[in-house]
Amino acid sequence: MTAGGLDRAALLHLAVPALLFALQFVLPDYHHVNLARVMVLASFAAGYNIVFGYTGLLSLGHAMFFGAGLYTAGLLAQYAGVAAAPGFVLAILAGALFAALVGILALRTSGVSFMIVTLMFAQAAYLALHYFGDYTRSDEGFVVPAELRRLFGLALADPATRYFTALALFTGTLAVCHAVARSSFGRVLAAIRENEERTRMLGYDVFAYKLVALALSGAVSAAAGAAYAMLFGYVGAGLASIQYSIYPLLWVLMGGAATVLGPFLGTLAMFYLVDTASGFTSAYLFLVGLALIALVLFFPKGVLGTLRERALPWLP
Amino acid sequence: MTTKAAKPGSFRVNRRTALQGMAGAAGLMAAPGFVRYAQAHSGAPIKLGVPIHRTGIGASYGRWYERVLTAAVKLVNEGGGIAGHRVEAIVEDDGTDPRRGTEVIEKFATQHKVDAVFGHLFSHVVNAAAPRAGELKMPYIVCSEGHHVASVKLNRYCFQPGITDVKSQVQSMAPWVMANLGKKVTMIFPDYAFGHDHRDYFSAAVKAKGGEVVALIPIPPTETSFTRHFPKIPASTEVLYHVMVGPGVLTFVKELGQHFGSKRPQLFGFVDSIEAVDLASPALEYLEGTHFWEGNPRYAQANQSAHDKFFRERVGVDANGASKSDPKDVSTYAHMFSVWETLFIIKQAMEKADYHGPEKKVAFMEALESLKEFPESRQHPQGRKIFNGKTHQVFGHQFISKVENKKLKVVHKTSIEDGMYPDEGDYTKMSF
Amino acid sequence: MDFGPYLLLATMEGAVGAAVLALTALGLSLVFGVMRVVNVAHGEFFMLGAVIAWWVAHLVGAHPALGFLAALVVAPIMVGLVAAVAERLVLRRLGYDPEATIVATIGLLYVIQQAALSTFGPDARPVEPPVDFRILLPWFGYSGYKLLVIAAAAALMLCVWWVLARTRVGLMMRATRFDRETARAFAIPVDRVYGGVFALGAMLAAVGAVLIVPIQQAHYLMGHDPLLLSFIVVIIGGLGSLRGTVLAALVIGMSDGVISVFFSPTLAKILATLLVAIVLVIRPTGLFGARAA
Repeated sequence: MTAGGLDRAALLHLAVPALLFALQFVLPDYHHVNLARVMVLASFAAGYNIVFGYTGLLSLGHAMFFGAGLYTAGLLAQYAGVAAAPGFVLAILAGALFAALVGILALRTSGVSFMIVTLMFAQAAYLALHYFGDYTRSDEGFVVPAELRRLFGLALADPATRYFTALALFTGTLAVCHAVARSSFGRVLAAIRENEERTRMLGYDVFAYKLVALALSGAVSAAAGAAYAMLFGYVGAGLASIQYSIYPLLWVLMGGAATVLGPFLGTLAMFYLVDTASGFTSAYLFLVGLALIALVLFFPKGVLGTLRERALPWLP
Repeated sequence: MTTKAAKPGSFRVNRRTALQGMAGAAGLMAAPGFVRYAQAHSGAPIKLGVPIHRTGIGASYGRWYERVLTAAVKLVNEGGGIAGHRVEAIVEDDGTDPRRGTEVIEKFATQHKVDAVFGHLFSHVVNAAAPRAGELKMPYIVCSEGHHVASVKLNRYCFQPGITDVKSQVQSMAPWVMANLGKKVTMIFPDYAFGHDHRDYFSAAVKAKGGEVVALIPIPPTETSFTRHFPKIPASTEVLYHVMVGPGVLTFVKELGQHFGSKRPQLFGFVDSIEAVDLASPALEYLEGTHFWEGNPRYAQANQSAHDKFFRERVGVDANGASKSDPKDVSTYAHMFSVWETLFIIKQAMEKADYHGPEKKVAFMEALESLKEFPESRQHPQGRKIFNGKTHQVFGHQFISKVENKKLKVVHKTSIEDGMYPDEGDYTKMSF
Repeated sequence: MDFGPYLLLATMEGAVGAAVLALTALGLSLVFGVMRVVNVAHGEFFMLGAVIAWWVAHLVGAHPALGFLAALVVAPIMVGLVAAVAERLVLRRLGYDPEATIVATIGLLYVIQQAALSTFGPDARPVEPPVDFRILLPWFGYSGYKLLVIAAAAALMLCVWWVLARTRVGLMMRATRFDRETARAFAIPVDRVYGGVFALGAMLAAVGAVLIVPIQQAHYLMGHDPLLLSFIVVIIGGLGSLRGTVLAALVIGMSDGVISVFFSPTLAKILATLLVAIVLVIRPTGLFGARAA
């Protein structure tokens, strides 16, 4: 890789948040709030990309990490009156810890077994939300008190504050992903993805690397979950259901696995696909399904992955 | 036909703005989402955003809610609309999903620029959408029967004036069940919030009436077969109270029949279990002689009111609560009246507030809070109701029906007072 | 109810669940074993089977047994055709790439689900059981049809076993699974085998659904649970192992029911779910290894 390539990548990663920053002044209200939500969900997808894209581990349980953040922030606010900032930090810690615990067990497996084990843990967590329904209000969920949804004295319900917070979160995850992609840590992860045995032979503690990757991924996913609870004011089991384990997979595959900007692009594309299609037909899932099939037929590596392969090899 | 699916890409402007020659911007504005709407003014329609569960787990309900909506909007417009404005309902599908439901509220507020949103049904969607509705300063009037509005934990923009909430429904059932079916009750309910509401409110009401809940059997949300839970029903049970919902209901009843045979306890259920399900379905014979709560009697009764008759006629429902064009297509009759009644309440409040555009939103909501009572009428075919402006919740009569010859026959109508409970807060003390 | 009869009931219920699950999971296992394709749309083939069963039984309209038998023949064939078309148009063109096929089958899932919602509608619809009698035990009654389901599923499993182990078609499938390139070298039409396996997998799900639809109902969202459970069974049983799949289906079917004798139902579900995870953590290749045929 040339130095020029590095520069271009870094520039691109600075340009995207800058563009998103500028966009908020010209976007109509509806797209303004959509973009804020897409940035939060894209952060979730970016967290997922760390294990799926960079490390090559297909998890079907990331809803539990998103949910860990969602519920840590939400329950602490609801029952202990903890405000957004400390709630956010605690949620990230909870996500990392939870992911590490799951990882200690689940990373003993690989491939499809790993997929099932993560799926099972996530399902158990989802059912636990119902079992402790007296506190979580299970599927119905609860509304986070408005007076606690404040960050540094600013109301997170305010559109500008929300957009800024979402942008800050997104820029943060982008920086994390950029760092992972560029660091020696990231290169070891890629080596594990390409050939785990060889990496082990080279003397790397593969298990430890995977565990750190999963914990990092869990932390980022939980950050997105906490942000969702605080920015949009709702916490419910539906947001921790299996669907929310499939979504990040979908978004990442759509945008391009193991690309830094792929998760964002995939999330954005899926959102507008559903939103536009549902406008003229109630059978919009049909279009979404067909779009997914067309995508893998013609862009099998996702949009950015294909682009990188064919035209822009320097793309991170 | 004034109800139509929203078309974000389409270019909907009213006559006056069109005349003002804004066509020059059409190229830009035709792009999805970049549609600018003129402020509603005299002659402009009143736009109501209606999120409907067209897909997802609520689709059975959603389909009928949409039909009732179409009929009600047509009727309102035939009668001159609201305060002289034509009513235009803009429908968006929310997939019965809390996130999409919230996005749809945002779309209504910021893109379609509607005057109010109404019609949300499933509680998890309502809870997710409510805080955003408040933040967007959008009147949000639900037809859900959940206790969320009356718990006064939402915000001042949220109302439920068209249907009694579950706490009131459940509480008003207890005295009759105790007096006529038995005092030892076992409850089978889904192990999620809707079921928990039934568990908590009915248990409390049973205790208050000197009865006893002998067992609580929560069914996990992912269950598709129920037989294995039946042994947990104690032999001393006199009444089995069931509130199963979703596609597993027929299974539940059939398995109940196979398990107990004729030696069954009394059965009392919420009709939510069999909404949109034909009572003549195979396996439902077992329900013969059992009792149900109904929000509104599905089968036209001997003493059917002229208003109910009118309502059925306009919505296209026959005397058996099924579609006139397809007798197998059974409606969600016990709940769907709420969409009809809510639209007329919006009309009443808007006209009282002399509403002609969004600048009067607050006046509209204050007018809504000031309403006290809705007499039984064409606008309120389910019956008289009392509205509590402090908790934004309405209270009405409930029905207990017995299954006879594969039809539901009303055997008891509760008084409105049976379902009253102390206020849990006061929305009017909150700010807009 | 006393403990003994309770356990008996839980066991019987577990056996019914396991029987249908084994059929459905076997379909997934075949596809996975031979083609290395994770078919996320497998549950939708199950749903499609149930929906078509309702439609056929509804059209026939005569004695329930007649409609049911017609459904038992028609539904799997139609579902098999749909699967064959999907295989030909999508999966083959993707070269069976693992990640691409996951996305493609998620797409297929949406398409099939929406097609069912648009045509069949959102309501749950029942199919009458071909025979309707109640077996009266001293402690409780039990559906006779459910016992029939166990027998039918067992018979079908034997058929599949026979096809796989004793026929030329089965030999070709096993050869393809073992080594695709060598199989091609021995003039086995690998493409046709793949198409056939994918269709057969879907047909097994459809048969399972036809058997279950008189007990549950046809509903357009019903494919979710069978998909999850099948995945679990396939992995626990060990990939591509027929024996393992059947045993795992029994373990999964039973554990849920038996644990719920002792704990609250939701807690039982949580424990059963964690049990599966722990089994896999301890034995990553599944209970019955990858080697068993």
